[in-house]
Amino acid sequence: MTTPRTLFEKIWDSHLVAPESASAPAILYIDLQLLHEVTSPQAFDELRARGLTVRRPDRVVATLDHSTPTLPPDADGRRPYASVEAEQQVATLERNAREFGLELHGWGSAHRGIVHVIGPELGVTQPGMTIVCGDSHTSTHGAFGALAFGIGTTEVGHVLATQCLLQRKPRTLAIHVEGELRPGVGAKDLILHVIGRIGVNGGTGHVVEYRGSTIEALSMEERMTVCNMSIEAGARAGLIAPDETTFAWLKGRERAPQGADWDRAVERWRTLRSDDGARYDAEVRIDAAAIEPSITYGTHPGMVAPLAAKVPAAANAQEQRALDYMQLEAGRPLAGTPVDIVFVGSCTNSRLPDLREAASLLRGRRIADGLRMLVVPGSEQVKLDAEREGLHDVFRAAGAEWREPGCSMCLGMNGDIGKPGQLIVSTSNRNFEGRQGPGVRTVLASPLVAAATALAGRIADPRDFAAQEAA
Amino acid sequence: MKPLVKLHSRTVVLPFENIDTDRIVPARFLTTTERSGLGRALFHDWRYREDGSENPDFALNRPEAKGAGILVAGRNFGCGSSREHAPWALADYGIRAVLSSEIADIFRSNALKNGVLAVVVSEAEHRWLLDHPGIELAVDVAAGTIELPDGGHIRFELDAFARQCLLDGVDQLGFLLRHAEAIAAFEQAREAA
Ligand code: SF4
Repeated sequence: MTTPRTLFEKIWDSHLVAPESASAPAILYIDLQLLHEVTSPQAFDELRARGLTVRRPDRVVATLDHSTPTLPPDADGRRPYASVEAEQQVATLERNAREFGLELHGWGSAHRGIVHVIGPELGVTQPGMTIVCGDSHTSTHGAFGALAFGIGTTEVGHVLATQCLLQRKPRTLAIHVEGELRPGVGAKDLILHVIGRIGVNGGTGHVVEYRGSTIEALSMEERMTVCNMSIEAGARAGLIAPDETTFAWLKGRERAPQGADWDRAVERWRTLRSDDGARYDAEVRIDAAAIEPSITYGTHPGMVAPLAAKVPAAANAQEQRALDYMQLEAGRPLAGTPVDIVFVGSCTNSRLPDLREAASLLRGRRIADGLRMLVVPGSEQVKLDAEREGLHDVFRAAGAEWREPGCSMCLGMNGDIGKPGQLIVSTSNRNFEGRQGPGVRTVLASPLVAAATALAGRIADPRDFAAQEAA
Repeated sequence: MKPLVKLHSRTVVLPFENIDTDRIVPARFLTTTERSGLGRALFHDWRYREDGSENPDFALNRPEAKGAGILVAGRNFGCGSSREHAPWALADYGIRAVLSSEIADIFRSNALKNGVLAVVVSEAEHRWLLDHPGIELAVDVAAGTIELPDGGHIRFELDAFARQCLLDGVDQLGFLLRHAEAIAAFEQAREAA
């Protein structure tokens, strides 16, 4: 009898070129590397300096997302880059992709977009794969039952040159979520709740597997939202076993297997679940009914509370510093705090259902006077799909800005930032000090909470606004 | 990569928990396509005031911290992004070791690949180091020890492979490239299946 194995162990074992030993880490084979302009230039320089080539150009997909402007080009076709360096960084990836013969979804590609949005969308993200990218939110792809994690630029070079990585085997953490989510509670609330529960370092050294009836009931987009923020709990990767929802979502995508290959693939993918009796190094149980619409109130994603709660008292000097930075006072209600900007976007919440959710509240209404709202679709494909449904008109009619796809205000590298002291309610994943501009205060929330907040001009509960019927 | 065998240096202390990679290198400095020169961006929004002048209250800017090569940081240092710009900035600035009671996974791996020793010490030792800024430490990478001014020692764990890479100043790509045949065999076996 074979020992029961977890999903993680199955993927890990099937990608070992060489197992680990006391003196050396394992050599892990990588099926797919995703690239973007920020964390790749120095890796290509390294290849050139050593006279190396890319071992498997067919296992690399690149795109432009972080430094790209979200305003359209001017009449002369010039794009409004934030700086000369940003433009050069984009040009560098274009040059490197040409020189090394790599697939780049750059300007003009119907598949350009945030790297973690386009991988699944194209169907290059598939169950059972090992996927890496020089980006910590690579954990997103774990929603498909792929072992996907962020790496540094040196490692990007390793994978380009050898299609392998040196890795020590991580530990496993199972997070079981059981029961039905309450009305108005979504995947973002769920993952914020999880991070609040286990802490921003609760997953350090571990690969998380999300399990249980609540997880099984989530759509693929919701699963991506959950896995995306695994890194915010310190876990490099999050995993969800593939199931019928996964297969239905992938079927027919451009790069998914077709015909008989599809059937064979699905048969193989069905084995990708943790065996009964498989052991995890740690386990956490969460009751879905206990989760409320949640937002952050501090300067890391673990400082999170139900939207309806009062600002919790600082547990220590660090938390007090965070509250001071956020200009929030313990004991005061979170709801009602005045807001300057609302951002709907990022690899956490910029897919079609996220935009539909936000639009459902905005339809036929206007955002508050003086408030600025940015809606940034995750990819060209999402943008196209949203426009086909007329969502862009809903956002524009409500007074929001409808932008070109990219990371945008999630990290503000492209110049989409707030001013010092401004409060941004953001559907992204990090509320670190200065993340959205020096001195900017960030509150993380779901697309529904973001939309309700935009309408009220203050942090608001979406349950106070009934969705408007489509006109 | 410069070998790191022994390090004698003073400590500079940043006691805050969860110092994230956006703190270490703010996103607007990530447009560089180079590895070097990021020292100026290190902890930028703490080090400099809005008018661009140095913030004299920030630990790294105090006269006694100049030249300090060992950073003692609060718990969960380096959380957040996978940007290798964080250890590049530390190394460029002159920090060769980071000590904390907990260090984020990707940061630690990135740091070690760039000749920056990132190691975890026990809670009690961490507390003591936080409470004694500016002391002179002697780090011995081969022995896995940190010698304190009073002659006492702190031991630290380090992966045997990472240790050897630091001591030899070699990177890991060479090691991987030597396994080209095994990689090819693996690929063949899988593609045949
Ligand atoms: S949207 Fe934000 S978190 Fe996602 S890849 Fe872009 S910068 Fe990173």
